[in-house]
Amino acid sequence: MSENLNIQQIRADFPILNEVINGKPLVYFDNAATTQKPRQVLDALLGYYEHSNANIHRGIHHLAEKATSEFEATRRRIQEFLNARLSEEIIFTYGTTDSINLVAQTYGRAFLKAGDEVIISTMEHHSNIVPWQMVCEETGAVLRVIPINDEGELLMDEYENMLSERTKFVSVVHVSNALGTINPVAEIIQKAHAVGAKVLIDGAQATAHIDLDVQALDCDFYTFSLHKLYGPTGMGTLYGKKELLDAMPPYRGGGEMIKEVTFEKTTYNELPYKFEAGTPNIADVVAAKAAFDYVDTLGKPHIAAYEHELLTYATDALQDIDGLRIVGQAKQKVSVVSFVMEGIHHQDIGVLLDQQGIAVRTGHHCTQPLMQRFGIAGTTRASFAVYNTTEEIDRLVQGLHKVKKMLG
Amino acid sequence: MQINEIQDELIEDFSLFDEWESKYEYIIDMGKQLAPLNEAYKTEENIIKGCQSRVWLHAYIEDDVLKFEADSDAIIVKGLVSMLVKVLSGHKPEEIAQADLYFMERIGLHQHLAQTRSNGLASMVKQMKTYGLAYQSINQ
Repeated sequence: MSENLNIQQIRADFPILNEVINGKPLVYFDNAATTQKPRQVLDALLGYYEHSNANIHRGIHHLAEKATSEFEATRRRIQEFLNARLSEEIIFTYGTTDSINLVAQTYGRAFLKAGDEVIISTMEHHSNIVPWQMVCEETGAVLRVIPINDEGELLMDEYENMLSERTKFVSVVHVSNALGTINPVAEIIQKAHAVGAKVLIDGAQATAHIDLDVQALDCDFYTFSLHKLYGPTGMGTLYGKKELLDAMPPYRGGGEMIKEVTFEKTTYNELPYKFEAGTPNIADVVAAKAAFDYVDTLGKPHIAAYEHELLTYATDALQDIDGLRIVGQAKQKVSVVSFVMEGIHHQDIGVLLDQQGIAVRTGHHCTQPLMQRFGIAGTTRASFAVYNTTEEIDRLVQGLHKVKKMLG
Repeated sequence: MQINEIQDELIEDFSLFDEWESKYEYIIDMGKQLAPLNEAYKTEENIIKGCQSRVWLHAYIEDDVLKFEADSDAIIVKGLVSMLVKVLSGHKPEEIAQADLYFMERIGLHQHLAQTRSNGLASMVKQMKTYGLAYQSINQ
């Protein structure tokens, strides 16, 4: 179906797609939670342990140097992927949640004070709500929330009205995990900067689908997780502008992040090591490079175009099901379809689809305030990756007809 | 009937189903047949919160036995809840506290008990046994 991608060949790169679940071939539509990993990433992970494993940075022997150089190669790869100005602006974290906590606990605690305002949006994941609530409680800053319309788009007028000299930080999601909405982040950033506020973009759901250039966006922080980008779990990135990262106090104390330690006083290491205390997740960082290479070889514009075909196909097919309502109909969306079915609990849908070998996510998707905004307890969410097919979407549709029949 | 006799009967019932559809249709049916829980008992106190669905459990003593009434907002969980009520309700508190619930695993539904965060069923079993223990000590 795709002009530029050979989907069957791509599928062959992902061994897990051959799994048989409850007697049926797996249909994996839970990609917004985590994507599957191609052979190239798995090989890199195993290859690291077989040929390079050693602790990094301070070792003098061959393997320590090899592991260090592979580890740092990923950092430069990410710099390139995000088009960051400097490689030390790339901090390795455990994931998006960890990155946001880092910024809230360091930048937030150091620079926010009583009466300052932090702006988030209604469609934030809990991981971009709770860290800010914590720091607001501690500093006396006030949390404000950009509302959305019924389609699941931010009300930009309301956002503009909210901005003032009190606004010190804006932290919004690039792409909504529950709805798929792509937010106008460039405009959000530019307007925040106009009042002197700093901006963090939560890119967890964006990096697998959207081409990124943090310098063009001019965001102050950008964060994402590798496991949603065909890479390993337990590894993420925080991009931050050097001058901000330099001004921020360290987060965790320990090895690697120090320059010199005495019992009287410790001086801290330079960027990026200042924020990387302890032995990092070396193997996953090394393997992550293969994920970026994989995505870039396919070409993100090609991936995005194909996923858009899947989204359109799924949206049309699902809307034809009687009693099914799609939640989140933004004009700009990635390949996520969230829906509710009249009179049927989302958990029942999830259980019965699972019996048919179809993996979807059901529930509130860690966005309870967003669900409250729509007056629902949760949705069923199908999210597509580059290895999914229209035939699989047909199976989802048949599966849902069966669910309806059984629960009707 | 004793707790284990009821469990064995359920295992027997389920052994008739070859296909997942019939198995789940049976569970859904049991969910539909479960007598609705009086709204008065759907309180914050009686709620067992799962990440996705909610279960309400009401317990009381009648004629020296512990009885349960329950409900859920999701129908499959409700069917499973109805099975747990069928197995455990109406027995002496000490029998409930000590019951070994093996039927879920034998029927092949143990994954639902393992999903602690999503449906609250495992917490419900724990709660039923806690009621058993509590009333057992009151009786003594």
